[in-house]
Amino acid sequence: MPNAASIETAEHSHPHGWRRYMYSTNHKDIGTLYLIFAITAGCIGGMMSIFIRLQLLNPSWHFMGHLAQAIGEADSSNMVDMGKNLYNVQITAHGLIMIFFMVMPALIGGFGNWFVPIMIGAPDMAFPRLNNISFWLLPASFLLLLISLNVEGAPGMKGFGGGWVMYPPLSSNVGHPGPAMDFLILSLHLAGASSILGAINFITTIFNMRAPGMTIHKMPLFAWSVLVTAFLLVLSLPVLAGAITMLLTDRNFGTSFFDPSFGGDPLLFQHLFWFFGHPEVYILILPAFGIISHIISTFSRKPVFGYLGMAYAMVAIGVVGFVVWAHHMYTVGMSLDTQRYFVFATMVIAVPTGVKVFSWIATMWGGSIAFRTPMLWAVGFVFLFTVGGVTGVVLANAGVDRALHETYYVVAHFHYVLSLGAVFALFAGFYYWFPKMSGYLYNEKLGNLQFWVMFVGVNLTFFPQHFLGLAGMPRRYVDYPDAYSFWNQVSSIGALISGAGVVIFLYVIYEAFKLKRVAGDNPWGVGATTLEWTLPSPPPFHQFETLPRITGSDH
Amino acid sequence: MRPASPRHHRATAFIVASVFFGMIGLTYASVPLYRAFCNATGFGGTTQVAKSAPAKTGARVLTVRFDGNVGGGLPWTFEPETASIDLRTGQTATVYYKVRNDSGRITTGRAEYNVTPEVTGAYFDKIACFCFSDQTIGPGETIEMPVVFFLDPALEKDKSMVAVDSVTLSYTFYPVRDTDRPVATNTENGKAAPDKKL
Repeated sequence: MPNAASIETAEHSHPHGWRRYMYSTNHKDIGTLYLIFAITAGCIGGMMSIFIRLQLLNPSWHFMGHLAQAIGEADSSNMVDMGKNLYNVQITAHGLIMIFFMVMPALIGGFGNWFVPIMIGAPDMAFPRLNNISFWLLPASFLLLLISLNVEGAPGMKGFGGGWVMYPPLSSNVGHPGPAMDFLILSLHLAGASSILGAINFITTIFNMRAPGMTIHKMPLFAWSVLVTAFLLVLSLPVLAGAITMLLTDRNFGTSFFDPSFGGDPLLFQHLFWFFGHPEVYILILPAFGIISHIISTFSRKPVFGYLGMAYAMVAIGVVGFVVWAHHMYTVGMSLDTQRYFVFATMVIAVPTGVKVFSWIATMWGGSIAFRTPMLWAVGFVFLFTVGGVTGVVLANAGVDRALHETYYVVAHFHYVLSLGAVFALFAGFYYWFPKMSGYLYNEKLGNLQFWVMFVGVNLTFFPQHFLGLAGMPRRYVDYPDAYSFWNQVSSIGALISGAGVVIFLYVIYEAFKLKRVAGDNPWGVGATTLEWTLPSPPPFHQFETLPRITGSDH
Repeated sequence: MRPASPRHHRATAFIVASVFFGMIGLTYASVPLYRAFCNATGFGGTTQVAKSAPAKTGARVLTVRFDGNVGGGLPWTFEPETASIDLRTGQTATVYYKVRNDSGRITTGRAEYNVTPEVTGAYFDKIACFCFSDQTIGPGETIEMPVVFFLDPALEKDKSMVAVDSVTLSYTFYPVRDTDRPVATNTENGKAAPDKKL
């Protein structure tokens, strides 16, 4: 167990009111801003997913058309077509919001900022002002995305409806000549700049500012996960930035990177996009791995099983994640040998991922398990992530993918690993660290209730989508034949239940701040061994003015 | 380990930022590299260019189909004179495409091309092709354009070619932009010609 030799609690004068946050250079305040931003964006993106599921509640249903009328985008004469466009725009925006404005800000910006410096015994991030601009670029970026929803994309229609993958020619002047796509590109530029600056900050902090005695092999796994994630960001985001910049110049300045009529190749965009896109899914899930490791260890009252294996499994996932991108593109006509390679490389990823899953189970094995709310979410994560991992291995087969490509099976797969995996880890982390961040305990019963409502809701939403996919229902479509209606209805009902779960979550936060149950330094007992539990709750504005000295042999 | 100085911080940040800019550079470098890769390996159905016919013929006979399309608003009618031929590997074939300019003005087009199945790209060798250069056609004029090609006998040794017994060669003519022709020949009824950038 790390021993904090001395903890300074002396308060410095610091700005109050809006200046405290607007001009903040404090990693905890910036982390709080990130979390508030992520919850807000998550509610907007979640609302869109409910609209999507309402549209798919019944075949030949015109929910989106009526929605388009209600927001003034359509009148009764063109409501069907406008409704279809609105559906496309919403599935696009839902994906981008959940990835760039919900999961990444919450896991990396929120929990990363809050707990990486504390866990490694550092007083703050290496570049506090850079940290400030990292955050404030995000609201600007989000604003550009919201503007994109309200300007012309496809002729006579608002917003970009080409999916989060943005493949040309649908995203070029052929498909969406209006400025909606340009706004979207600029929005992603800003979000990317924010993430890159954040990644530089994390790498510098973790390499240079660990407390005396904290070697890299004693570093907590969450810090490890953020370190690997930061490297993935630095290596993959520039590729997305380059690809969408090429798209921007194709659209506006007469270049022809992806325009076949002047010798360009639209397929190149797909390669570049997925060279970013595949590491991106590990960027979303690796910090979740780190959080889950701490929670399972804490509530099993055991050190995490196979610490080094856990750390290097994340490194391995990160490295192999860069050489599997074309498994998203099996149907573009690659040679069989190329497909064989990508099938093999993709399946290799199951090995380090298996190391992690089995290590979590081994951590619980023989432990003194307390099923507090964070632990429920963490165990739920392990189960659901494994289900998503198994369908991932199915989809890794190029032959099977011929049948399942662009069907609901794929939707079910990536929602099981992201919507149920990463998001469950988010809730787990939130309940785990909420007492530390706020100083107050949440209501255990309500937390349990939210877990069970969400667990039932998301499984009801996404498990039937496996059946729909196996039955051949294509994704991204606004409507479907009657044969698919039963499982679509089940799925839509599940989405509404999940929505109720989010409402409970917001109430849990409200209730905790209203009743102000004091949490104390460490509400979780002896299992919680990382440095944040040696500090008061909430931690002082500046912690570790005298650096803690790490003397134990544990992590 | 003593606390690192801001100088260490700057050095680390500088290195990471260099990696970032290096990756941006690699992304742009991927454009010519991807093209070179396709040309070298036949990836994506990119056909090969040969100087002369092969020395000896092979044993397999494959069906080669021909396809012609016009894109980008070019006012041309474009089609192969033969729909398909049966060709022994190593044998050189010459086929003609016919193209007619349906408009009342001079237009220039360039053909993009590939073969499917895409694995055939590495074994489809063109000796001469109208697609190697821009084609300019006068008003109402019809021209015939040859393609001289052969199938490399080496394909018989490739396992992924065993199940392939027909190959489709496809062309799409697109208008060439930024031609240096005087504006007077480039307009029709006072409107800008559609073969400028669309």
